[in-house]
Amino acid sequence: MILPPEKQPMPSDDKRWRLVATAMRRHGYKSHGLIESLHSIQETFGYVSEDALKFTAKMLRVPLSQAYGVASFYHYFNLKPLGRHSCVVCRGTACHIKGSAQILSDLEQLFAVRVGETTEDGSLSLLSAQCLGACGIAPAVVLDGVVMGRAEAESIVHRVEEVVAA
Amino acid sequence: MIFEELGHIEEAELEAQSRFERRIHVCAAAGCLASGADAVKEALSGELQSTGLEERCQMVGVGCMGLCSRGPLVSIQPDNVLLAQVRAKDAKEVVGTLGKKPPKRLACPSDLPFFKRQLKVVLENMGRIDPERIEEYIAVGGYSALHKGLTEMTSQEVIDEVVKSGLRGRGGAGYPTGLKWSQLSKESSPIKYVVCNADEGDPGAFMDRSVLEGDPHRVLEGMILAGYATGATQGFIYVRAEYPLAIKRLNLAIKQASRLGLLGHNICGTPVSFGVEVRVGAGAFVCGEETALMASIEGGRGTPRPRPPFPTQSGIWGRPTMINNVETFANIPPIIRNGGKWLAEIGTEKSKGTKVFSLSGKVVNTGLIEVPMGITLREIIFEIGGGIPFGGKFKAVQTGGPSGGCVPDSGLDVPVDYESLSHLGTIMGSGGMVVMDDSASMVDVARFFLDFSRHESCGKCIPCRVGTVQMHGLLDKIAANRATSEDLAMLEELCDLVRKTSLCGLGQTAPTPVVSTLRHFREEYLSHLSGKA
Amino acid sequence: MPTSVKVKTLRIDGRDVSAREDQTILEVARENDIWIPTLCHLDGLSPVGACRLCLVEIKGSTKLLPACVTAVEEGMEVSTQTEGLESYRRMILELLFSERNHVCSICKSNGHCEMQTLAQRLGLTHIHFPYRYPSLPVDLSHELFGMDHNRCILCTRCVRVCAEIEGAHVWDVMGRGVDARIICDLNQPWGTSETCTSCGKCVHVCPTGALFERGRSASEMDKRPEFLPYLTLMRRAGGE
Repeated sequence: MILPPEKQPMPSDDKRWRLVATAMRRHGYKSHGLIESLHSIQETFGYVSEDALKFTAKMLRVPLSQAYGVASFYHYFNLKPLGRHSCVVCRGTACHIKGSAQILSDLEQLFAVRVGETTEDGSLSLLSAQCLGACGIAPAVVLDGVVMGRAEAESIVHRVEEVVAA
Repeated sequence: MIFEELGHIEEAELEAQSRFERRIHVCAAAGCLASGADAVKEALSGELQSTGLEERCQMVGVGCMGLCSRGPLVSIQPDNVLLAQVRAKDAKEVVGTLGKKPPKRLACPSDLPFFKRQLKVVLENMGRIDPERIEEYIAVGGYSALHKGLTEMTSQEVIDEVVKSGLRGRGGAGYPTGLKWSQLSKESSPIKYVVCNADEGDPGAFMDRSVLEGDPHRVLEGMILAGYATGATQGFIYVRAEYPLAIKRLNLAIKQASRLGLLGHNICGTPVSFGVEVRVGAGAFVCGEETALMASIEGGRGTPRPRPPFPTQSGIWGRPTMINNVETFANIPPIIRNGGKWLAEIGTEKSKGTKVFSLSGKVVNTGLIEVPMGITLREIIFEIGGGIPFGGKFKAVQTGGPSGGCVPDSGLDVPVDYESLSHLGTIMGSGGMVVMDDSASMVDVARFFLDFSRHESCGKCIPCRVGTVQMHGLLDKIAANRATSEDLAMLEELCDLVRKTSLCGLGQTAPTPVVSTLRHFREEYLSHLSGKA
Repeated sequence: MPTSVKVKTLRIDGRDVSAREDQTILEVARENDIWIPTLCHLDGLSPVGACRLCLVEIKGSTKLLPACVTAVEEGMEVSTQTEGLESYRRMILELLFSERNHVCSICKSNGHCEMQTLAQRLGLTHIHFPYRYPSLPVDLSHELFGMDHNRCILCTRCVRVCAEIEGAHVWDVMGRGVDARIICDLNQPWGTSETCTSCGKCVHVCPTGALFERGRSASEMDKRPEFLPYLTLMRRAGGE
């Protein structure tokens, strides 16, 4: 038997699931609220877990494969947990022209991590963005949510090192 | 609220503002915020407080003032003083010299060609109003176009003005806006949608972000007028998740407009109803394509579908849907206020009005600019942009992002309009303009964009999914001096195939960066070939 | 058929043909024995226009249009077999062959594969694009069927037949671009699926050897998609 969305059991006792359920209710538990629900999950938990996907699929009555298909189509959604710190290097045209590739490869080398992945000790996730729209201050890097403009490879790498070590 | 009350709000706001002798505008757009504008604003407020000037001087966070390369920017009105690269520690000096000569090392002449050569229509309120307060928008004439449209004009008359203005879609393709509006208005479905495409995914473009962050009500006003003109009652704004500040300000603007009755049922007592919802994208460039965007709003994978049927015939949930770009909607209020003829007097024969560009790359002044159509690329880069920094030599300017091409020196005197740019092998695009000096390798530029396109291809159709990967592989080979002339021939063959047979605009235009650099810089490709076929 | 349906006349490859106004170019062409190659299309499933093999030229249009989704129009002049189209079709097929690992000689569907048949019919003799040789898994966790991603061309027939006909929606597509892959439920082994009814429809609509019945050796997997038009017909009859 399929329970109505209001009666679905939460995946765990974690109170934060209520926030997610509220976002789903805002869209009337309709399937078109899938992406908005995934946003709410990522905002709440930092990533979209398998449990979260199952829960969403049930609540919105979306097939499991469709939920996974959507979540994996959009690169903004992380299907694995992120590290304690995150560093996003913009790879837009202006940033590319101004040397973002160097910044990325320096960071990859220093932290022994490939872009899109998290270091083994879980301290840093190194990510890239196609364009942050901060071209006027290129190259741009976002460290733990703070945008840093006119980034120079050396100083940026140093800054990331400091933050991760702290 | 009824429309007449707009006047009261305007008066009250102007009176409140007149109680201050001065207004200090601090740029609160993403570029300057990243340069530390928040700390500057805080320090200035603190300084005003401690000197007891806070009663006489109003602090306002405003939208993008344009010259991002020299941010954080602060302007002091009515003295017309502009300060650049202000730091928090400068607060004391700035407040100390209010009304006097500003500190020399901060002062930025406001008669620079960067400012004087621009013509602001879409950006008219940028740097002048607080985007988080609807009262400030109303005080500069905001929502008066809506008032006029809904009370003095029929919906057909609104469309007629848009047609008369000659406005063409600012998302890149340049489809006549008035024609799109009248197509939607002719659909008989009881439910129709108006969508604002704010999925500005082109790397090197930030016009839409700046408009949404700096003047969100203007976009809403344009959308409501579109709803009235076409008979649509529901609007969506599809914004990319990478723009959190724009999302926040849009949601705030919707809340404020709804509270005043400018959105919702029976807008200001008229029979017109219109609601707007924000939908947040999630990192997929292809969702800027109309049919993919609609699939995403429906909650699915953002894969395009063949057209026809066009969205105005069958769009979101099968209902007629009209999609316009942010800048297109931002053009609507002045068109309705001043009449379509007014806009049609600006620009060239086939490209009317102004265009906003984000100028970036190897150019002295980077930032947000608005220029009349018909200006030359040379004027933009060398007068407004101030030329190439560090005595470098200009090589090419890239317009239109991954769908556009590179213009060499020989094309700089061509007027900026849809047709001329397309003759040069590029496109107007949404307005990204990245300047490159002679240190840039054109093969690398082409490879950069193909790398982008292969990662952003949705994978639905074969030519785009596999073709972009094969093209990127060949460009890799060329860049590494391992390619033969046969490889180059294969690359050109693939350009033609992907362009002609891909399902959507992303695939059809993905080869443009290669085709255009091959056209203008072929010798660079040839110099990379290993010579042995 | 309701009597109000209008008839349109058009020209395909120089032949005058007539069609119902709700028909696509592909339907009319097939009724008139004019062959247009297809891979993602299958009668009875919703059209997606993804493989681009059925692109045709239409006089007055600068764009090539997919015959499977383009509706007929009065006076339309369609060309289905020009030199340009044939060369594009061969290149598209070549791209497909270069994308994953299509080794016919050891494939269970050798001799019964739609892609192979098309390549022969279009005169494709060799692949001049470099092969990508990705390393892709084979899922043998289901007791009756198997899925070899090396042979998959992402036509999504399996996704559509499962969602639209069987109503189970076990399959979908994950990721995007060249990394896109057909997945079962939450990207899990087929044998662990809670939604699969083991009906086998996906296997029989698959145009290549990507989906197969277990226990078949090379060249033994012939597909029987005939159930689909029959099922569609019966359902329509039941609805009337």
